[in-house]
Amino acid sequence: MKYFEMDPSTDIAWCPGCGNFSIRKALIEVLQEMDLDPTQVVMASGIGQAAKMPQYINTNFFNGLHGRALPVAVAIKAANPDLTVIAEGGDGDMYGEGGNHFIHNVRRNPDIVHIVHDNMVYGLTKGQAAPTSPLEFKTPVQVNGVINDPINALPLAMTLGATFVARAFSGDTDGLKKILAAAFSHEGYALIDILHPCVSFNKVNTFKWFKEHSYPLEEDYDSSDFEAAMKKALDTEKFALGVIYQTKSKIPFNKRTWLYKQDATPIVKRKRDIATVNALFRANS
Amino acid sequence: MKHELAIVLSGEAGQGLQTIEDFLVKAISKSYYVFSTHEVMSRVRGGNNTLEIRISNTPVAAYRSHIDFLYLLNNHSFYRIPKRVAEDSLIFGEPDFITQEERDHIVGTFVPFTLSDYAKKAGSILFGNTVLFGHIAGMLTLDQDYCHTLIRNRFSHKSDQVQDDNIEAFNIGYQLGVAYQSHHNLKTREDVPLLVLSGNEALGIGALGGGCNFLTSYPMSPGTGLLTYLAGKMNDFGVFVEQAEDEIAALNMNIGAWYAGARALTTTSGGGFALMEEAVSLSGITETPCVIHIAQRPGPGTGLPTRTAQEDLNLAIYAGHGEFPRFIYAPGHLKDAIELAQKAFYFADKYQVPAFLLSDQFLVDSKFQMAPFELDSKYLESFVIKSDKDYKRYALTEDSISPRGIPGHGEGLVKCDSDEHTEAGLITESFDVRIQMNEKRLSKQALLMADYQYPELIGPKSYKKLMVGWGSTYGVLKEYIDQYGDGETAYLYVKQPFPLHKDVKRYFDQADVIVNVENNATAQFSKILLLELGVAVTHNLLKYNGEPFSIEEIVAYMKEV
Repeated sequence: MKYFEMDPSTDIAWCPGCGNFSIRKALIEVLQEMDLDPTQVVMASGIGQAAKMPQYINTNFFNGLHGRALPVAVAIKAANPDLTVIAEGGDGDMYGEGGNHFIHNVRRNPDIVHIVHDNMVYGLTKGQAAPTSPLEFKTPVQVNGVINDPINALPLAMTLGATFVARAFSGDTDGLKKILAAAFSHEGYALIDILHPCVSFNKVNTFKWFKEHSYPLEEDYDSSDFEAAMKKALDTEKFALGVIYQTKSKIPFNKRTWLYKQDATPIVKRKRDIATVNALFRANS
Repeated sequence: MKHELAIVLSGEAGQGLQTIEDFLVKAISKSYYVFSTHEVMSRVRGGNNTLEIRISNTPVAAYRSHIDFLYLLNNHSFYRIPKRVAEDSLIFGEPDFITQEERDHIVGTFVPFTLSDYAKKAGSILFGNTVLFGHIAGMLTLDQDYCHTLIRNRFSHKSDQVQDDNIEAFNIGYQLGVAYQSHHNLKTREDVPLLVLSGNEALGIGALGGGCNFLTSYPMSPGTGLLTYLAGKMNDFGVFVEQAEDEIAALNMNIGAWYAGARALTTTSGGGFALMEEAVSLSGITETPCVIHIAQRPGPGTGLPTRTAQEDLNLAIYAGHGEFPRFIYAPGHLKDAIELAQKAFYFADKYQVPAFLLSDQFLVDSKFQMAPFELDSKYLESFVIKSDKDYKRYALTEDSISPRGIPGHGEGLVKCDSDEHTEAGLITESFDVRIQMNEKRLSKQALLMADYQYPELIGPKSYKKLMVGWGSTYGVLKEYIDQYGDGETAYLYVKQPFPLHKDVKRYFDQADVIVNVENNATAQFSKILLLELGVAVTHNLLKYNGEPFSIEEIVAYMKEV
């Protein structure tokens, strides 16, 4: 049962007490409980503390450029739909630098799990504002406090047609695991925004603060009601935790393509016959 | 009597010049050597666009300034052209297409040509282009039956009446054109049937012949043509085509697809490519191949969107932060466009580096002839291995190339990192490992030379003057040597401008005069020659107004050298 776990001697570069540790633990447990084969899973990540996650999980990964995990993840899934693909990174990586990819990949509805660590601050670059930092949040750069409104990725994704939108808290591992499991079983794009404390650079949105400003969704909550879900997603006074919205009404990206509608064989497993190319060439008479 | 003709149609965007070009060049190619190029303004309707078709008794693949037969298609189609006509030029057009003032100053002969009346006679003013097709066909004595077939195929989705009317329009034009047969002495070609392709089509066929099965791009002229061509083939050839949200996404998707085992292509122009630079560097450090086609146009900034240039050689050579190997192919003719496109995929895969196809608007949009040949299936062979349990993506090997596994193929895990990494693909800050990995990557530059694409020497071996050019100047420089050569001038056609093989230097050793010809203002390639080979050119012939070189410009310049 230790397939996705790394050698225990692995040096993990996160600060002690970082929320990333519990996210890692939850993700590994879910992958193992789902009995996935690490050779058939790929993680694509960008740059940042959260984006180091693939370094600490024993599976395939492509750790690319800041902000660019989604294009890589979607291309991997398109080239080989047999793989289980995860895109993972932080709020700055996914909503800031990668904002355009976020917008347009929601529209594609690729069958990937998109995990965004949301600690409302930049960690790797040492404490500047994130796109999710609250107004008036002071940093060494925003010395008079943040003046730009924070991004709220959930309703944004919903207006773009996202088919699975969830919010989790790293302090609630059981809840997080349930959401992750639901995301992996969702066919289509699944966004999980995970609130978590940054012990080094965010003295405002602490573990205690998140605990006080979040609550699990009610037992009888109906995640298929778009309008009710939108209300929940827009409420930033207190963050609702759980699968806020899910619809199974949309076809995922690959299955929308003529190529995969005709034939489910991954393109990386198809062979090209030079005779067909020669015929195309000779037709130019 | 003329042994060659340059026919120019001058009209505006939306008048169907593209359709008539397809018809004409195909039909003319049955009998003659032919080449066509068009220049268009950056607008969807209106303006002034021209199409040049050259027909010759010898192979031809270059722009000529002088016009023999000019067709004016509206009343604002002459003002940019007076310099291109001479006393022997015939200018056809409706009487009111030319002003009295223009008529007073005209050098050639104006021939009133009431195209719209002839079209109406056939049934509709809409048949004007078909009358024109007939006129040129009659002038060149083209095979009428073949032309009729082309017309029927073109209008096969329309009614029989429309087809018949178009045939009638063609026939009217043909009868009128016959009168001009005596204006030339063109001989019909007697060699093998030749194919007609644009540079775009050749690059696209080459890409398919190199195994391209993934294409992601953001539209930008003139790079879009290849995207459109391959998108049109996606269903038949199983190419996953996706229009990316921006150029940054395009190249990152390309690299992601290669990582997963696809052979991906991204096509763009200089401005779009500038946005991709960071991803080029990503390809470099992760040793994930990628193939990028840059169809150059004049910059900086938006520049001249629909015109041609060779201004982005330096951009391709130096793109991306850090130090890592790459190779750049610059095809100058159709056969190389096909074969170098195939090789770009194959050698990118073999050496795990970014590969560039550097073309330009002139090459991709012009139509050329070529003899058919069999594409080599070798370039479809993959270098991807099936990984074993202990697989390490960046294993240090004797030749610096780590066998490339892909996720899901074999028992191993494929870990790629844009941070400096260990053999297993994990982040490291060990200075020793950094040196090992950096040297491993950079040493591929020397390995690449084993597959260097050598230049071709055209002209006498005992040359004293050497002209040198890369990419699309091939047609005009070869024509210069073949038709105007003085017996002591040769032309070196460079098809891999970077990195240069040291053996290329020997071509320059015997030349007293070295003329570097480039479509840019700063002689970028001359500096690469100096830097890489220590070769100092003596002359630079540079053109940077957005047009390709004309044969006349080369002839005039070489007279002075």
